[in-house]
Amino acid sequence: MATNASNTADNAVGTQRVKRGMAEQLKNGVIMDVVTPEQAKIAEDAGAVAVMALERVPADIRKDGGVARMSDPDMIDGIVEAVSIPVMAKVRIGHLVEAQVLEHLGVDFIDESEVLTPADEAHHIDKWAFTVPFVCGATNLGEALRRIAEGAAMIRSKGEAGTGNVVEATRHMRSIRAEIRRLGTLDEAELFGAAKELRAPYEIVKEVATLGKLPVPLFSAGGVATPADAALMRQLGAESVFVGSGIFKSGDPAKRADAIVQATLHYEDPGVIARVSRGLGEAMVGINLDDLKDSERYAGRGW
Amino acid sequence: MNRRVRPFLTARPTIGVLALQGDVAEHLHVLEQMDVRTAKVLGPDQLDTVDALVIPGGESTTMSKLAVRYGLLEPLRKRVGAGMPAYGTCAGMIMLADRLLGGIDGQETIGGIDMTVRRNAFGRQTESFEAAVPVEGVGEEPFDAVFIRAPWVESVGPEVTVLGRVPGPDEAGRIVAVRQGGLMATSFHPELTGDARIHRLFVDIVKGHA
Repeated sequence: MATNASNTADNAVGTQRVKRGMAEQLKNGVIMDVVTPEQAKIAEDAGAVAVMALERVPADIRKDGGVARMSDPDMIDGIVEAVSIPVMAKVRIGHLVEAQVLEHLGVDFIDESEVLTPADEAHHIDKWAFTVPFVCGATNLGEALRRIAEGAAMIRSKGEAGTGNVVEATRHMRSIRAEIRRLGTLDEAELFGAAKELRAPYEIVKEVATLGKLPVPLFSAGGVATPADAALMRQLGAESVFVGSGIFKSGDPAKRADAIVQATLHYEDPGVIARVSRGLGEAMVGINLDDLKDSERYAGRGW
Repeated sequence: MNRRVRPFLTARPTIGVLALQGDVAEHLHVLEQMDVRTAKVLGPDQLDTVDALVIPGGESTTMSKLAVRYGLLEPLRKRVGAGMPAYGTCAGMIMLADRLLGGIDGQETIGGIDMTVRRNAFGRQTESFEAAVPVEGVGEEPFDAVFIRAPWVESVGPEVTVLGRVPGPDEAGRIVAVRQGGLMATSFHPELTGDARIHRLFVDIVKGHA
């Protein structure tokens, strides 16, 4: 990487604007889970706007069981080397040292993720303490605003990762958006009450009520397996889509990745979605959520 | 300065924002506060309807790939070549560069500005930064510039006017804002900061006033 002529005392790194600004640059795109440099290349060639580097995709984490942790630094380095687009990677909820390691490795974004086994049952990471931006999952508005208060620069739905079933992501997107709309109808006094109910700082609640949206980008993740799933998330208000197991657990990953990129972009055009949905081969099998035990559900992780 | 831009006959020109990827909504939001019509440009048909184009920030390699794949690259080159004003931020600056360093194999640009741009020149995200950058033609007050995995301009041809450089002790500072006739580019993102001066300058260029 080129050294710069500019890192003087006057130039501020890791500011709120620099972190949220990075999240804004990823909008209208698709972020794909990859476990090898080869997969990362396929994702990049298909038009992914970033890749999420991890050791096992959520579907395999489910299958294998055990404690799921941050990836091996060699594996992260391999993916950073393989692609030119931004690289994200996951840390366990509350595991600040895994986050310090990823920041040291130079990843562009950290996902404090419920897909990995939580390391802290009460606290998330203080994300203001980092230069690298963070994305966190949320199932509802209160959770989203608590994560933003802790310094998250992007919020995503949690969905039920690794199932190929989009129903949970739909629930989270609808819940977050509906609660934002409701805030817009409240008067000043009621906003204080809402902050209490949401267990979130009043200042952020007030900001969301005024803006009519989160102060950071809202993306969707969890269970997206088809182009139509991706377009559904966009129509429900997601500004971009994360695709986890859905691509590399399918029959023809390169073709499916390209189709999901197109559907995410042309999410309001059923003609495009129909065209790119043809002949994609096997989608990932998928799991009916009623078949999951509570201990196997990821969306409930996070506090 | 090269001023080949013809004044438009329409009082309220339509300024499109290339919507293949990136912070499209932020540019639309700034432009909507001005006396212009706005449109998202996703395909060649929409490109035909606009008088000028903003190319947003985002991931330049993705934007370039999608422009090729969806048949937009040649129409974009044709319009820019025929004098359509355009303004690019960050990835958009890369798209308007005649020459690119640090891109991926086969990364195509629209071109138009006689400059060599180095992609991700300031480093990865942990090196992204904010700085006060004086910009020529938009008043004394320096611009609060946000640089995200940003490019810089390594060299420019004789027709290009340098509008801004990153401050700093080294050399004369890297070039981060340029203009060539109706084409403008910045390494940083005015659309993220609520300071509309550069967009206003672009609208003046489009209307033939600057």
